[in-house]
Amino acid sequence: MSDPRLPAAFTASGSSFHDFLAAHQPDLLPSTRSLGPAGSTSAGDLAPHGTTIVAATFPGGVVIAGDRRATMGNVIAQRDIEKVFPADEYSAVGIAGTAGIAVEMVRLFQVELEHYEKIEGSTLSLDGKANRLATLIRGNLGMAMQGLAVVPLFAGFDLDAGQGRIFSYDVTGGRYEETAFFSVGSGSLFAKGSLKKLYREDLSEEEAVTVTIQALYDAADDDSATGGPDLTRRIFPVVRVITAEGGRRLADDDVAAVADRVIGGRMTRPDGPGAPLLGGTTTGGER
Amino acid sequence: MSAPFYVSPEQLMKDRADFARKGIGRGRSLVAVQYADGVLFVTENPSQALHKVSEIYDRIAFAAVGRYNEFENLRIAGVRLADMRGYAYDRRDVTGRGLANAYAQTLGTIFSSGGEKPYEVELFVAEVGDRPAQDQIYRLTYEGRVGDEHGYAVMGGDAETVEAHLKEHYTEGATLEQALQVAVAALGHTQTEDRVIATEDLEVAVLDRTRTQPRKFARILPVRLEALLGERGATSTGPGGASDGPDGPATPPSGPSGPAGPGDDAPIAPPT
Repeated sequence: MSDPRLPAAFTASGSSFHDFLAAHQPDLLPSTRSLGPAGSTSAGDLAPHGTTIVAATFPGGVVIAGDRRATMGNVIAQRDIEKVFPADEYSAVGIAGTAGIAVEMVRLFQVELEHYEKIEGSTLSLDGKANRLATLIRGNLGMAMQGLAVVPLFAGFDLDAGQGRIFSYDVTGGRYEETAFFSVGSGSLFAKGSLKKLYREDLSEEEAVTVTIQALYDAADDDSATGGPDLTRRIFPVVRVITAEGGRRLADDDVAAVADRVIGGRMTRPDGPGAPLLGGTTTGGER
Repeated sequence: MSAPFYVSPEQLMKDRADFARKGIGRGRSLVAVQYADGVLFVTENPSQALHKVSEIYDRIAFAAVGRYNEFENLRIAGVRLADMRGYAYDRRDVTGRGLANAYAQTLGTIFSSGGEKPYEVELFVAEVGDRPAQDQIYRLTYEGRVGDEHGYAVMGGDAETVEAHLKEHYTEGATLEQALQVAVAALGHTQTEDRVIATEDLEVAVLDRTRTQPRKFARILPVRLEALLGERGATSTGPGGASDGPDGPATPPSGPSGPAGPGDDAPIAPPT
């Protein structure tokens, strides 16, 4: 007769949901899956890929935004995919890379943070959260080697420091704190170029949102895998703003209003706003 | 040289039950009350860090009396079970009933296994629905019995006195303010006097269906508590004072099984 009580793993010490699953039900973890022997073909073409995520800080918070396109080779797999998710009340994560694995990883990360909060009765520090995410990405290295890479961008409000912060990652789980702004994904080169020219340290929340929408527009302008604003279907980027009051997703109508203004400006100057040739009066991203 | 005694199964179970009941009777009472927007939990707990009421999942809360290390174990197991279910299926698939069943199996197995000391705990597992009619409060006893409670429920310490007071004053569909005032008054009520419990000594939490977040559990902190309770007169400590010693009733509540057996006065090591 089997013992009907909850197994010992349920009362073992530790406050990580990931570690609990690894001990009790490892098949639920994305990192325990194997693709079989690495063949000559990459599994990367089998599943949709998410593309560009941008984030920018402003005094009092941080904005993180993502376009809505998922691609599979040259095909647009989805036009309205969501790639920016709340991680907990004070942080959000945007994902680039293999969409299926990335979404699963975000789900695991969300439970991981909530689990810690419930078990310990306190929340992790922002650095603690960023490190937990790094651990989850590290577990995916085997899959990344076979073409199923996930590269998130993590943004949150640090209640101790009183400011928004941004963390980027590589496929090996390397964690890097970014200053002022950052972008990941296939269109990130173009988005970063755009952010460099538009970013100021004294942006208001609304201006920071506008900067991210401009950057996503520039990414979509030059990268075929990044989706631009879809005017006929009214599909606009997902934008999350995180401040001391917590995180919230901007309403579609609000994002649409900003996007419409950005597009309005591009009607007269398709390459977007021009920056002064010899700046120096306003401060840029360099600190 | 002593020959092994024959102990009848009835006596064995009764001894174990008495042992568990005594442990539970030593703590202070905990009240769960259904009000218009959900379920309210109130208990007297001077500690700000060691909680007796906690969040398990979006709509599910856990409350316990008895030995801290034992119910803390059960709480953590519940959080893990709920989080795992929600992760493997969906958040909506985590139910209070499923959790109550898992607790019942666990407590029941421990109680009837000869080699283990029975848990000295009693639990409430509560869940709020979209409408008051869907709200659930389950009571789990040390031997793994599950009961379905309606309106209000009391466990621990002087449960009978508190329950009698609640029975008299409880009204269905009350506001949070009203329900809280009734619950706090019931906790302070004893045979001899009605004492006013200081707000810092109260642990209060709700499962509030009107919260916009998916997570409906919220603690009510002293600042808000003061406002909700209003003017109550000077506070006074309980009959047992604020000491760590037994602060329950002078006599342990005796259940239907009558007075305890010979092992009645066996000392129980205090939790460390």
